[in-house]
Amino acid sequence: MSDAAPAFDALPPEESLGTRIWENIKGGNLGSLPVVAALTILVILFSFWAPNFWSPANFNNVIVQMAGTTMLAFGVVFVLLLGEIDLSIAYLSGFTGVMCAEMQAPGSGHVLPGILPIVVALLMATAIGAFQGSFVAIIGVPAFVVTLAGLLAWQGAIQVTLGANGPINIQNRWVNYLANYPLPKAWSWGIAIALSVAYLLAFGVGILNQRRHGVAIRQPALLLGRALLVPVIALLVVFIANRDPYRHGLPLAGVEMALFLLGWTFIAKRTVFGRHVYAVGGNAEAARRAGISVSRIKIMVFAISGLMAGVGGIVLAANLNSVAPDQGGGTLLLDAISAAVIGGTSLFGGRGEVRSAILGAAVIATIENGLDIKGYQPGVIYIVTGCFLLFAVTLDTIARRRQAKTGR
Amino acid sequence: MSDTTPLLELRNVTKSFGSVQALTDVDLEVHAGEVMALVGDNGAGKSTLIKAIAGIHGVDSGEFIFEGKRVHISGPKDAAKLGIEVVYQDLALCDNLDVVQNMYLGREAHDPFMRLTEPVMEQKTAETLKGLRVTTIRSIRQAVATLSGGQRQSVAVARAVMWNSKLVILDEPTAALGVAQTEQVLELVQRLGEQGLAVILISHNLHDVFAVADRITVLRLGRNAGIFSRRDVSQEEVVHAITAGQPTKVSGIAQ
Repeated sequence: MSDAAPAFDALPPEESLGTRIWENIKGGNLGSLPVVAALTILVILFSFWAPNFWSPANFNNVIVQMAGTTMLAFGVVFVLLLGEIDLSIAYLSGFTGVMCAEMQAPGSGHVLPGILPIVVALLMATAIGAFQGSFVAIIGVPAFVVTLAGLLAWQGAIQVTLGANGPINIQNRWVNYLANYPLPKAWSWGIAIALSVAYLLAFGVGILNQRRHGVAIRQPALLLGRALLVPVIALLVVFIANRDPYRHGLPLAGVEMALFLLGWTFIAKRTVFGRHVYAVGGNAEAARRAGISVSRIKIMVFAISGLMAGVGGIVLAANLNSVAPDQGGGTLLLDAISAAVIGGTSLFGGRGEVRSAILGAAVIATIENGLDIKGYQPGVIYIVTGCFLLFAVTLDTIARRRQAKTGR
Repeated sequence: MSDTTPLLELRNVTKSFGSVQALTDVDLEVHAGEVMALVGDNGAGKSTLIKAIAGIHGVDSGEFIFEGKRVHISGPKDAAKLGIEVVYQDLALCDNLDVVQNMYLGREAHDPFMRLTEPVMEQKTAETLKGLRVTTIRSIRQAVATLSGGQRQSVAVARAVMWNSKLVILDEPTAALGVAQTEQVLELVQRLGEQGLAVILISHNLHDVFAVADRITVLRLGRNAGIFSRRDVSQEEVVHAITAGQPTKVSGIAQ
C-alpha cells in the first residue's frame, strides 16, 4: 500500500545504554547481574568478618575447592538450556574418578601409562552420558527418571569397583597435577597474557567482519567494556594468585576452568550446534519444524553433561590424590545444579550462559569457605546455600513471568 | 492471469483418514504474483490440503503440477526444495532467540568450521525486512519474546520468503491479532504478491480475504464449492458457498 510505515508500535531506532539495560531488567532479562552482585557482597562481607579470607592463599584455596563443582556445572548449564535435568552427574563423576584411578593403580593388571587413564575415563563418561541421553531423546523417557536410575546405578558401580580393596591412591602424576599443581608465576602471567591477546584478536576480527558487512556497531561503550572484561579478569586473577606466599602461583585447576569456560562459551554462542541447543530449549516444536534434529541435539547435550561430570570427577580425585567409596557423594550433585541456577541459568530451558556455572560455583565455594573459616558447622553452610538457591530460583521465576508479560 | 501456467496446480486430490473422507477430487491452483485465498468452514479440509502441499500428509490420489511439471511431494524437505514455505498458525518461533536467529533457525549461515557467521545473517535479515517494508521492529537483535503479535507474524512471514521461496502458504495469519496488527500483516501479504510470489492465504475472516486476495477458492465438506475472482463476487456469495455451496464437480463427470 502506501510507503508510510504503519505508525503503531514504531519506536525510536537507537536507544541509550541506560534504556537498554532498563528494558532488559523490565523484560526479565537479568543476565549475570544478580549473581555478580551477590558474589561481590559476599566477598566484601567475609573480607571484614572472616580472618584471612581476603588473602591470596585463600583465593587459591577457593579456586581449587570450586573446580570440581564448576566442571560439573558447565555440563548442567547445557542440560538446563534444553529444559532437562541430569541427576546422575555426581556419581557419574565419582565413577569416572574411580575408573581413572583403577587404570593407573599399580598391580591391578590393567595399568595405562601417562594421560591415557584420563582420556579413556573421559571417553567412557561421555559415552555413558550419550547412552542416558538416548533414552530421553529417542524413546522419550523423562530425563528425571533416566538420570535418577543413573544416580543409583553409578553409585552402585563405585561401591562394586572399590568394594574389597577400599580407596585407591593415585600415583599417576598427570592425574595428580590436574587440581593442585601450582603454576610458576611467569607461566601464570604468560597464560593470562596469551589468553587476553587471543581474546582481543578474536574480538577485533569480529568487529571488522561486522563492518565489512555493513552491520552497524551498536553501543561502542558497551562493546569496549565487553572487550576489556576478560583480559582484566584474567590478569587480576593471576595478580592475586601470584601473591600467595606458600606456593608458586595459580593452581592448574584455575587454568582448566578458564579454558573450559571460554571453550564452552564459544560452542554455545558461536557455533551452529550451540544455536540449536538454545532453539530446542526455547521451542522444541519450532526447532523440529525448522529441520533441527531435536533428538541428536539432546543426545549430544547429555554426552557433554557426561563428559563434564567426568572432568569434574577426575579433578576431584586429583584434589585428594585418591578415590574412596563415597566419591561423588555428599552435596556434589546439588552444588553443581545449584551453581548453574544461582549463576542465572533458567530451569525452564532456553535461557542461560555458560559463565553462570563458574559464577554460581564461586558463590557456593565462597559461602562454604567463609563460613568454614568462621568456624560454622556444615549444617549452617547448607542452610545459607539453600537460601541462596531459593532466592535464585525465585528470581528466575519472576523473570520468566515478566518476560511473558512484556511479550505481545 | 489464466493464460499463463499456474505455479502450482492440484488436480483431483483425494485423501481419507480411515473412514473419514477429508478431501474428494479437490482442485486448486495459484499463479506467481497472485494471492489465492482458501476459505471454508471448520472441517472443510483446508488444513489437510495445505498439509498435503507442505508434504506433511501424503495424498491417496491426485496430481501435483509445479511450474508445469508433475511433482511428488513426499516430505517437508521436498516441499522446501520446490520453494514452498508454510507459516503455521502457531508461528513456530523461538521466543528466547532474537529476530536474526529466528530468521535463520535451522539454516544458520556458517563457515567450514561450523562457526556462525553473524554479520552475514544480520545483513540479510535487515535487507529482507526492509524489502518487505517491515519497519516496526526496532532492533533485529531483540528477542522475539519482546515483539508484538503483528511483529512476530511479520518475522514468521519474512522467514518464509527469505529462502528464495516461490509459494508461501499462510495459515490464519491474522487469527490472534488486533485491528492495527491485522492491517500490518495484510499489507505484508499483499506485498508478497507484488513481489511476484504466489501466496495461499487461509483465513476465516472474509474481511481479510476481500482486502488482499486476488481469487478465492471455497472448500466445503472436502470438495470444491467454487473458485471466484474477488472482483466479480460479493461477500454474500462467498458466504453462501461456504455454508451451502454445491460441489462444483462430481466424480466421473467431465467439466
